[in-house]
Amino acid sequence: MSHSKSSMRTPLGRVRGLGSARSGTEHFWMQRVTAVANVPLSLFVIGLIITTAGSNYAAVKATLGSPLVAIPLILFVVSATWHMRLGMQMIIEDYVPAEGTKVVLLLANTFFSVAVGMGCVFAILKLSFGV
Amino acid sequence: MADSKPVSERPLSPHLQIYRPMLTMMMSIVHRITGAALFFGTLLMAWWLIAAASGPTAYATFQWFAGSIIGRLVLFGYTWALFHHMLGGIRHFIWDTGRGFGPGEREWLVRANLVGSIVLTVLTWIVAYAVRGGV
Repeated sequence: MSHSKSSMRTPLGRVRGLGSARSGTEHFWMQRVTAVANVPLSLFVIGLIITTAGSNYAAVKATLGSPLVAIPLILFVVSATWHMRLGMQMIIEDYVPAEGTKVVLLLANTFFSVAVGMGCVFAILKLSFGV
Repeated sequence: MADSKPVSERPLSPHLQIYRPMLTMMMSIVHRITGAALFFGTLLMAWWLIAAASGPTAYATFQWFAGSIIGRLVLFGYTWALFHHMLGGIRHFIWDTGRGFGPGEREWLVRANLVGSIVLTVLTWIVAYAVRGGV
């Protein structure tokens, strides 16, 4: 959207009538939902790391692949990567005013979060289903 | 659009450098920094899980790193960042309900946040070493 420096219209006046972004409070709400989920799930993961830290490979593989470990672990990965994507999005939007750089970083943020999340989930599923 | 620039140079609200540093403000900044650290730290979690899924050799490489001095320092810092961010989140949940905004209350909350994160981190590592038998 281009506008001349000499325009008399205020920023509010220019965006009026263009419609709302239609996302409302979703960002805020999902950040809270994933935050609530992260509290018990990350405590579980800390406990899991402590108990598997000294184990040998076969024991670690068996533990991470068992359903009662793999399921909360996957839930943690999904919730944590979702939460961190929302948080990093806010940081980028706050500190990067240049439109081009901002869009590139927002894309990178999403790609990184999804890649980490999918990588972890795939690894857990492979440990669970074998091969 | 969100990038629309002010037509005339309108006054902006003052930013960080104008205020005297206060504990609540510093803790707000640290909350964001720990969040960013945890963001990149998930690469470690990915390394751990993918190594475990890849095989004994890959897992041994991860274990070598996690057991090294650098690895332990990183994991210790990661533990603290996680607890700090978690307690900071709980602090924000309390604030979300509209409670805890009084001058005394908010100071108490951020102090509890800071002390709690350090205590929980040290406790976690004591338990971890105890479980592993001092290795």
